[in-house]
Amino acid sequence: MPFNLLVLFCVTYVLILFAVAFFADRAALRRGDSFLRSPLLYTLSLSIYCTAWTFYGAVGYAARSGLEFLTIYLGPTLVFVGWWWVLRKLVRIGRREGVTSIADLISSRYGKSNGLGILVTLIMVVATTPYIALQLQSVTLSFNVFASDAPQNWALPDRGATAVWVAGGLALFTILFGTRNLDANERHHGIVMAIAVEAVVKLAALLAVGVFVVWGLADGAGDMLARIDASAIAQAPIKMGRWTTLIAVSAFAVLTLPRMFQVLVVENADEDHLARASWAFPAYLFLMSLFILPIAVMGLDRLGTQANPDLYVLTLPLSEGYGWLAMLAFLGGFSSATSMVIVESIALSTMLSNHVIMPLWLKIRPRTEGAGELLAVVLTARRLSIGAVLSLGLAYYRLSGGSAALASIGLIAFAGVAQVLPAVIGGITWRGANKIGAAFGMSLGFAVWAYSLFLPSFGPDAVISAQVLEHGAFGLSWLRPQALFGTQGMDPLVHSVMWSLALNTAAFTIVSIATFPGPVERVQGAAFVNAFDSETRGGGLGWSRGQPEPEALLEMAQRILGQEPALAFFEAETKVQGKAGYLPDPTPDMVANLERRLAGAVGAATAHAMISPLFGQATVTVEDLMAVANETAQIMEYSARLEAQQDQLTRTARQLGEANALLTQLSEQKDAFLSQISHELRTPMTSIRAFSEILAEGDGGGVLPPDMVAKSGRIIHDEAIRLTRLLDDLLDLSVLERGSVQLNLSNVELAVLIDRALAVTQNVRPERDFDILRDPAAEVLHLYTDPDRLVQVLINLLSNARKYCDAGQPRLQIVVKSRSGRATIDVIDNGRGIPKADQAIIFEKFARLTDESRSGGAGLGLAICREVMDRLGGSVTYLPGRKGAAFRITLPLRYVAKPA
Amino acid sequence: MPNLAPLFLAKSGYRSRRLSDAARLLPVLGLFLLVLPAFWSTPQADGAAQTTTAQVGVYIFAVWAGLIGVAAALSRRLPKRDPTVPAPRDPI
Repeated sequence: MPFNLLVLFCVTYVLILFAVAFFADRAALRRGDSFLRSPLLYTLSLSIYCTAWTFYGAVGYAARSGLEFLTIYLGPTLVFVGWWWVLRKLVRIGRREGVTSIADLISSRYGKSNGLGILVTLIMVVATTPYIALQLQSVTLSFNVFASDAPQNWALPDRGATAVWVAGGLALFTILFGTRNLDANERHHGIVMAIAVEAVVKLAALLAVGVFVVWGLADGAGDMLARIDASAIAQAPIKMGRWTTLIAVSAFAVLTLPRMFQVLVVENADEDHLARASWAFPAYLFLMSLFILPIAVMGLDRLGTQANPDLYVLTLPLSEGYGWLAMLAFLGGFSSATSMVIVESIALSTMLSNHVIMPLWLKIRPRTEGAGELLAVVLTARRLSIGAVLSLGLAYYRLSGGSAALASIGLIAFAGVAQVLPAVIGGITWRGANKIGAAFGMSLGFAVWAYSLFLPSFGPDAVISAQVLEHGAFGLSWLRPQALFGTQGMDPLVHSVMWSLALNTAAFTIVSIATFPGPVERVQGAAFVNAFDSETRGGGLGWSRGQPEPEALLEMAQRILGQEPALAFFEAETKVQGKAGYLPDPTPDMVANLERRLAGAVGAATAHAMISPLFGQATVTVEDLMAVANETAQIMEYSARLEAQQDQLTRTARQLGEANALLTQLSEQKDAFLSQISHELRTPMTSIRAFSEILAEGDGGGVLPPDMVAKSGRIIHDEAIRLTRLLDDLLDLSVLERGSVQLNLSNVELAVLIDRALAVTQNVRPERDFDILRDPAAEVLHLYTDPDRLVQVLINLLSNARKYCDAGQPRLQIVVKSRSGRATIDVIDNGRGIPKADQAIIFEKFARLTDESRSGGAGLGLAICREVMDRLGGSVTYLPGRKGAAFRITLPLRYVAKPA
Repeated sequence: MPNLAPLFLAKSGYRSRRLSDAARLLPVLGLFLLVLPAFWSTPQADGAAQTTTAQVGVYIFAVWAGLIGVAAALSRRLPKRDPTVPAPRDPI
């Protein structure tokens, strides 16, 4: 086939793709994207997993290593068949959080941290740039197959020019359809439609070549199986280590490759499409793989090993003279390469602009004026990023120079992008996963991957010197890139995957456990891990504090989304709130929706950073939350203190009330006493005056009879004694209260004192016969105290008992105990006792409970007792709860002077 | 915390839970079946492999097709997205 015809064909094909993308975009704009939402389209867009590396490379792979190429498709099959585990959750989270890329997912999960976003972006760019270069190479190689007239001589006359043309065309296409608008969910209808068409073309092409090989060149399936067993490929055994490692790595990569995440999560229009894709995508892979081995076997058979096995798909029909089939195969390969490059560069440019360029721009020029200006900035950033990504790929291709370095780059890229998997899986299943852990894990895994697989892949002395490869860095043998920690003899890929992922996961989990996440992280962690629990919740950290002006929000939204879409969004929100117009209330829900919408355009971290200032000081930072927590703690402490104070006040008030009642009572007692004492004083005075008058005047002038004189004199004497005693008591009390009493201390036995007191009180109401109960053994107690004063107290208590005990069979009990250096003497009778209400005042001065049985007391006895006992270092108290009145005297066995 | 979930589910709810269990187990089964060939192909003492490459290939594709078939059957019966969740608003 003439080369010019090929170019014409190719250009036509590209124009058709442009048209498909254009009409799809327009249809989406006009009629909504409902007709573009179909599970079939979703499944076909997933087919960008199959790149030129699959289309051409799988055959070469099979020719070299037999069945091993299947692992690259079996891993994703297991992931999709097991969609209920991870994919479902990933898509749910991605849709709810408005995730724009895998870097955005990780950044959003770990506290909207832009640092992590940058790290993931870096890993992805480094790991996938060579992969893009691989696609450019495959297109160039396939062009050259046709460019050369002699099929056996596929030199590369001007490989640079072809690659530049291809890269330029791809950049144009991607920029045209990839950065047309900033959709909330980053959906690119035109591009999805175009890659779906390409998916059909590449499948059809590969199947056509396969059918041609099996039923055209061979005699059907049976013959083909026999040929397989007869060929050299059959000698390549399945190696256990590589087989399982490659299944695992490809399973990881299908989740983390930027382009796969783009079509799987970001471009997903409906979660239910995933259910269909769970079997349809494996079926697509199944069909793509079905004829790889036959083509490889037939290629080896017909063309031999001197021809490049990577191009058998193309050269086999060509050498058999089927130009149209070769043409179809060429378009298949071209489709594979271009669709991959387009989606990969969109995904990478989204990451670059959202996590690197936009944060930088916002830092440099925090305020831009005018609606839609920021939109222009974002779009420009995307376009520049696409150009940069493709230039990087092109530069890598030009620099690396040969197919040898690129041959294994697909698997190396898989292993590289898999380094973000622990952070992703940990992030959606483990709430304890945190930012520092993720950063450590990914950095370590990435470094190990680069050191043990990526850099050595350039060959000895390219980046890593042969010296280091042979003997390890710094001459440390355990740091040999392909035999870390002495693990020699392993396949380099298996070795690198094992160490990088093991160290990655270990660092991620250990550091996560050892460190503490920030509050935003913890909220996001809960939202991600419990994605299926909280269906109705908005997810993420809400905007509950502060009230931004809706105008400010609208202005900012216009800057990013453009004027019309922003107005439409605000109008819809207003309608949801049941109002008319364009300015909804800035409720937390509304702001959360807006943030998600913005996140769809500029990424979670940037959107969060842009909305935060509109809340004034309400930016939720750790410090803020700490401040809130402190404030709350202070308020709680303050109210607790108030409560305590109130309790104390209540207590004091009660005490004051009690004291007041006591005072009132005492005052009444005092009044009563004063009238009583005047009465007491007047009665003897009246008697004394009356009888002294009689004595002075005689009986009507006559002399009084002697017995009359004697009687009058005795009465006067008795009354004088009563007066004296009253005055003595008053004097005694005042002396005691002033504390100027002198104690006459001596050693005495208690029993003697009790005997004395009983003897003295014998004549108080002698007509009543008391039973006295004593315990002589206990009373043998030696005291060092003032015996006279103690006897005074005892007399007082005993005479009180004799005076007031009203029992029919009066009984008096004296109980003596000695405990820990103190003696207690209880004086208990069996009368009515003292009413509870009066127990508090009996020791007060002038207290007298009853007027009955007055026998000269003036209510000072117990007051004196209390003062005496106080002086003796003891006390006298009323013992409640006994049958009758009961008093307890407590005093130290040995008197010790109180320190002044 | 008191367990508020009912102890017994209605038959349809029970069925759908077991189906999602099956969906979770399917990749485990698949992994087992697909790793199996790595044990067969150990070259024998006389240098000949126990099974031929064609046989292994047919086996793998058969397992693959089986997985696809079972996944297709399951995906039709598995519960769709919770209908109480409002559909996301169309992009404007």
